Amino acid sequence: MQLLIGLLLAFAVAASVGLGTTWYALQGGTPFGAFTVGAWSAWPRTGTPAIDPYARALVARSGELPMGAGDGIAFVATKDDDGAVLDGRCDVTVSGVTPQARFWTLTLYDPEGQLVGNSLKRHGFTSHEVIRSSEGKIDISVAPRARAGNWLPTGGIDRYKLVLRFYDSPIGVASRTGRETQLPSVKVSSCP
Amino acid sequence: MMRWILWILSGLLLGGIVHFITILYLPNTATQNAYARISAIAPVNSVVALPAPNPEKSVLPLMDPAFAAAVCRYDLREGGIKLTAPVSPAYTSVTFYTNKDVAYYAINDRAAGRRSIELDLMTPAQKAQLPEDEDVAAADRLIVESPSETGLIVLRALASEPGMMPAAIAALSRARCESLPPS
Repeated sequence: MQLLIGLLLAFAVAASVGLGTTWYALQGGTPFGAFTVGAWSAWPRTGTPAIDPYARALVARSGELPMGAGDGIAFVATKDDDGAVLDGRCDVTVSGVTPQARFWTLTLYDPEGQLVGNSLKRHGFTSHEVIRSSEGKIDISVAPRARAGNWLPTGGIDRYKLVLRFYDSPIGVASRTGRETQLPSVKVSSCP
Repeated sequence: MMRWILWILSGLLLGGIVHFITILYLPNTATQNAYARISAIAPVNSVVALPAPNPEKSVLPLMDPAFAAAVCRYDLREGGIKLTAPVSPAYTSVTFYTNKDVAYYAINDRAAGRRSIELDLMTPAQKAQLPEDEDVAAADRLIVESPSETGLIVLRALASEPGMMPAAIAALSRARCESLPPS
């Protein structure tokens, strides 16, 4: 009898721990191989055959097609530079310089990766569309209400993510965090 | 008491094994992965345009709305295929995925270095069967080896501003994905 209860206990612990950690691991981004600069994280190996098993599981579940390494690299931000979760009711500024690439695009998605509806039908900027300062820096306002200059509407949703993609860029598996790769800062400027 | 701690410890150990097995096995159970979603709308071995993502509906999550996209769902069991994609004015890329959505090869218009991207896709076994004397001709023939018999080729053309979208769509509409003549 004791043996049976012991076995059941062990199996119950195994199932809850095993499935629980699997579920937990797939909630956030893949924990391995992240290349992080400020608020932005990219997973260069996810676009290669050397993709890790966690990223494979995430990709299979979400239904996305990761960007191939020969195409470019995608950086994702769900928090600002100080670690505050991006809230569509707040005004957020994305500003600074972008690393070397033939083109880049910045796109706003809801947490499921769908575009967010707005009257302007603006879902992002490309490197050609964005208006730059005289020093060549970008300054994009991600906000629920219209702003002068580069306005990226949030539609007022409470959670969103920004994806910054660099096409035909030398950033990749061999890149090092730090001075050689500078990405724009993400700052909450006001929150109601 | 000691006996219960041992049971719990062995449960934890078994839990770790369960964790790794489920992570490794998950890609095989996903019925809504990108390959499955695209199989529902794309016939085999031909190029079809992917509808542009919009807030109501996107075929796949996280599609870049600045790009026109087309897909060739390939099946190499009958033989290799040849892909021809004219390059668009701004930027064009071709990415190859296995049927488990692993990106195993990607090339852009500059790396291809021509006015159109031309590639042959075959399995390693089909490549090994190529006659020896064709190796010379293979120098100007880019051959990509697919690790799986089926998969996706995704063509993407950038519209650097919204007015460029018709040109990007038109460039992709001239892309071809066809069976290689048997050698």
